[in-house]
Amino acid sequence: MAQPMGFYTDTTVCIGCKACEVACKEWNQLPARNGGVGVLSGDSYDNTRQLDGTHWRHVKFVEQFSADRQDGRWLMMSDVCKHCVNAGCLEVCPTGAIIRTEFDTVVIQSDTCNGCRDCIGACPFGVIGLNPVSGTAQKCTLCYDRMKVGLEPACAKACPTKSINFGPIADLKEMARARVGQLHEAGENRAHLYGGDETMLGGLNSFYLLVDKPEAYGLPPDPRIPSRNLKPSAFWSTLGALALTIMGVFHFRERGRRDV
Amino acid sequence: MSSTFFTASPEWRWFIVAYFFLGGLAGGSYFLATLMDWFGTEQDRPLVRLGYLIAFPVVCVCGLVLTVDLGRPERFWHMLVQSHTFRPMLKTFSPMSSGAWVLLLFSGCAFVSFAAALAEWRAERGRPNWGILRLGSPAAPFGRLVSGLGAILGLYLAGYTGVLLSVTNRPIWADTTLLGLTFLTSAASTSAALLILLGTWNGLSRDRLHRLERFDRSALILEVLAIAALVTSLGRIAAVWLDGWGILLAGMVLGGIALPLLLDWRPTEKRPVWIAPALVLLGGLVLRAVIIFSSDRL
Repeated sequence: MAQPMGFYTDTTVCIGCKACEVACKEWNQLPARNGGVGVLSGDSYDNTRQLDGTHWRHVKFVEQFSADRQDGRWLMMSDVCKHCVNAGCLEVCPTGAIIRTEFDTVVIQSDTCNGCRDCIGACPFGVIGLNPVSGTAQKCTLCYDRMKVGLEPACAKACPTKSINFGPIADLKEMARARVGQLHEAGENRAHLYGGDETMLGGLNSFYLLVDKPEAYGLPPDPRIPSRNLKPSAFWSTLGALALTIMGVFHFRERGRRDV
Repeated sequence: MSSTFFTASPEWRWFIVAYFFLGGLAGGSYFLATLMDWFGTEQDRPLVRLGYLIAFPVVCVCGLVLTVDLGRPERFWHMLVQSHTFRPMLKTFSPMSSGAWVLLLFSGCAFVSFAAALAEWRAERGRPNWGILRLGSPAAPFGRLVSGLGAILGLYLAGYTGVLLSVTNRPIWADTTLLGLTFLTSAASTSAALLILLGTWNGLSRDRLHRLERFDRSALILEVLAIAALVTSLGRIAAVWLDGWGILLAGMVLGGIALPLLLDWRPTEKRPVWIAPALVLLGGLVLRAVIIFSSDRL
């Protein structure tokens, strides 16, 4: 297996240019929404609104301003699939369409997916969506086709500020930790890594440097794997089934034996 | 705020509500038919046949609505067979994967019992029969094996849908582990109600339906306890039901559980028998719609 590859996104240098979104759309030939007719959301500069089956990159704009707008800041973040080490989508997929690649990334095989959408609800980050053209669930592949031939993903290639960094996970983590240290030294003590270690879903192969709590960026504070509920749910259901069976036998049982 | 509120909806809508409801009815009817088949008397035979005769057509509709709901319906078989290798596709830890297999196996059992029930019904009317149909007869060891297996699979079918919802990351669904139990008890109450309803329409006397009505009352009590435990287990998240969906859920508990219990408690000759079971059936449908749609909008 090749070494694990991924993204480290430094949100402090993102300028919200959306070059990553455009590069992703172009390379992956993703269809336009609404027949290409632009619709303004009214929410800052964000008209993409979410990650889904046709938007595999999404630049978020968070405006944190005082009421008189004299004081404040912009938070910008290019969001993408986290390629979790313990991936909820991969866990629940009933067709085997979602696989882990030799680069430790998570890819949906569009020719296998039948559009059941279980993975959409299972993803802790709301990354996956149904592509209306293919009728299948889709998300970022971390440009598997480009990686196979030694190229970096289209978004990282297009990023003009090096906010999106691509490379071996071990190198990226080293780079990210150094950057956090640099920011702390400069007085930005809020800087921290999101998904930069194994405590979050075994590690996110696309992790972030944030300067606010995850919720401010629309990221879950405590993402978890869906199978955490499997055993307790199965336990209570089995208990219910036993109770119903005993109850049924009690109600339908004839005193003595049935005449055959 | 719970991390489940940062996720996207799979947009499971009416087809899935219908599947959850009908899957419960198919599995529950078969389960009740087996119980009456194994432990009941000759007097229960019409209800046993009714249970087996319902289960198979209803489970066929289940397969149909599930297929239609897929983004690529022609690939429904990918749930069971790996499309690249043609090997069996089964993930025991994925409720949807195991559920697909259970649906298939249950359909097989339901078909055998359906055929046997049809043969029994024809024989009772003195009509010529096809020997093959009697293979699944409860008197034959094969028939007993099939009905026992089918009852277990039927219970699984009735309850796994709730487990499937909990094994996601969606608000409400993944914030509790009691949805499987809730759907299971609801499947038991709605299936008993369906058999009572169809039994009444087939001219069965109240006396013959008495034990089924008693079972339905017990199942309704279990169901209301399961719903109370479900709401409690959600903790502060249950506050999302302080809206129209919550009112609908409360209406379901009152109209689909409490009222039928009250009507059964004080039966009168004037009141038609079908009212209480019809309310229970409607309540079962509303329960699933509330669970699905109240999460979908978050």
